[in-house]
Amino acid sequence: MPGVDASITTAVVFDRGGLDALIAALKAKGFHVVGPRVADDAVVYADLDAASDLPAGWGDEQEGGRYRLTRRKDGALFGYTSGVQGWKRHLYPPRQKLFAARRDGQGFAILPPDPPAAPLALIGVRACELAAIAKQAKVFGDRDFADPGYQGRLASAFVVAVECGEAGGTCFCAAMGTGPAVETGFDIKMVEVIDKARHVFVATAGSAAGAKVLDGLKAPAAAEADKAAAAARVAKAAKQAKTLDAKAAARLKEHPDHARWDDVARRCMTCGNCTMVCPTCFCTTVEDTTDLKGEHAERWRNWDSCFTIDFSYIHGGAIRTEVKSRYRQWITHKLSTWHDQFGSSGCVGCGRCITWCPVGIDITAEATAITEGARKAAAGGSKKAATSGGKGR
Amino acid sequence: MARNKPKLAVWKFSSCDGCQLSLIDCEDELLAITEEVRISYFLEATRKVEKGPYDVSLVEGSITTPHDIKAIRDVRKQSKVLVTIGACATAGGIQALRNFRNVKEYIQCVYAHPEYIDTLTTSTAVSDHVPVDFELRGCPIDKHQLLEVLNATLNGRKPNIPHHSQCIECKQNNVVCRMVATGTPCLGPVTQAGCGTLCPRHDRGCYGCFGPMETPNTAALAAHLKELGASGRDVQRLFRSFNANAEAFRKESESHG
Ligand code: SF4
Ligand code: SF4
Ligand code: SF4
Ligand code: SF4
Ligand code: SF4
Repeated sequence: MPGVDASITTAVVFDRGGLDALIAALKAKGFHVVGPRVADDAVVYADLDAASDLPAGWGDEQEGGRYRLTRRKDGALFGYTSGVQGWKRHLYPPRQKLFAARRDGQGFAILPPDPPAAPLALIGVRACELAAIAKQAKVFGDRDFADPGYQGRLASAFVVAVECGEAGGTCFCAAMGTGPAVETGFDIKMVEVIDKARHVFVATAGSAAGAKVLDGLKAPAAAEADKAAAAARVAKAAKQAKTLDAKAAARLKEHPDHARWDDVARRCMTCGNCTMVCPTCFCTTVEDTTDLKGEHAERWRNWDSCFTIDFSYIHGGAIRTEVKSRYRQWITHKLSTWHDQFGSSGCVGCGRCITWCPVGIDITAEATAITEGARKAAAGGSKKAATSGGKGR
Repeated sequence: MARNKPKLAVWKFSSCDGCQLSLIDCEDELLAITEEVRISYFLEATRKVEKGPYDVSLVEGSITTPHDIKAIRDVRKQSKVLVTIGACATAGGIQALRNFRNVKEYIQCVYAHPEYIDTLTTSTAVSDHVPVDFELRGCPIDKHQLLEVLNATLNGRKPNIPHHSQCIECKQNNVVCRMVATGTPCLGPVTQAGCGTLCPRHDRGCYGCFGPMETPNTAALAAHLKELGASGRDVQRLFRSFNANAEAFRKESESHG
């Protein structure tokens, strides 16, 4: 399991052949290898057989409600921003069987659980995605009741992180403090370096398991120039057009009656895409199924969204019937009440909810508009404080 | 546990038979169904007919003639549980396009002897005429949803039939959004899930055959479709298909053109 705080080996460098060897080594160890590849006009995270499956020469353009694959001249394998859906669908699948039971006389007998699936190797995990995984790990286990499914899949996973070389149009990880540099939660981290002379990967291990796999590649140590080139690429990715005042956004819950909620309600279709693609959204609903004869029953846990009516259904009806109350629930939970619940923001700034909202509603724009008055007041206040501090001296 | 076999009836009104075919299309499961229920009335499958009352009636088709109105009331009287199946029965179907035009003129143009034609000026949902216990959407319905409703009814549990958007189903099924990734117009955000993401899975936008989802913001989608390049007429046509007479779609189509 990844988790050691810093890189524990010195950097090594290898080319595409080395990457192939890495994937082959993970497969040989019995991992189910998942990583980026092009499918259906986008980069998605799916099963990988070899490095040749990676999206060589593909990039993307992203803005609110719009995504387009683009061709890159440099042949980069990790030159896209991030996959359509994060690693959530692998670590926390959309449908999970909780148990199966068989009728047994007047009662029922619980059937033995299915054997666990092969451990996952995740290739190409971005910094914001590592942060999202850490947030979900907290949701599913930091309190009294750990979720054995999630924790088991994460504990057995092998994580190959790839630092971003450039940010996408909807990224704001820098504002949320989750990226683009990868600092923790990986077994191996890599930066892809491409210039006239070479196309290489500068890699370090972050765990004993990662170090062992890297050793097996017998790759040479990275030169200072490689390390400098890698650092320059990550610095470039930190320049992001989109931003969010995360501190101000944390106070969203203080503005339940802002007029902007009505405004966004006119645009929002309550389609739920934003919550589905958000790598930290964790809500599910429980569904019981039976066979026709009523002899066999199963209980499933399925992804749900706070944009559905059933989500807030209690005895007598649903609580959040208006669009504005559902939109407000989503971003207030994400940016504000998550702090009360889990001690941090629930947003890692990956930008997916902006790109994949069919009408391009932008969480940063909405949060900014709603907290603007309060932010201005706070800015005025701190100016005052600074002045009076000056006087005191 | 032995159960009394409930009596099942399948009825047809104005429709193409496609939804009834979904039941026959269940093939393997159909045999299992016949072990659990008694098919008492299903002319599409068997000429053997048993008298009512019936435990469960599946009703296909819309109400388009004075005779239909009488007949559906009779079906309701004879049925403990009445489930309407398909866009015709739940919204009036494609034939509800007549609701936007002058039907008398049509009859004059089309028929040699218009005086023989006894029809209503509208095509409407079954629920506009009698109380309905459950509605199964789609043009045609999805056979898994049909099995689920029968299964749930037999086992006395709530059917797992969501009323949220098709988009949620797209994401659960790992289908990349056609509208965002390719700019294809899609009614999925305002359409009820349940088809198994048929169209987006095949690089098509959703045509809305499952009808409006629980809280459809059709105006927001229409505005976006126009941004993608659709004309008012295009938007009107998109909302005016299988579920043209479903209230949300009808109202939206009426504000474009
Ligand atoms: S709220 Fe949006 S930007 Fe933040 S983590 Fe979720 S999908 Fe990413
Ligand atoms: S935003 Fe909504 S779906 Fe996401 S975790 Fe919060 S309540 Fe759940
Ligand atoms: S914000 Fe966008 S993606 Fe989210 S429910 Fe509203 S319209 Fe759908
Ligand atoms: S393809 Fe259509 S139904 Fe699917 S997510 Fe996109 S807008 Fe929604
Ligand atoms: S995607 Fe839309 S039009 Fe296509 S089958 Fe499903 S509900 Fe019908």
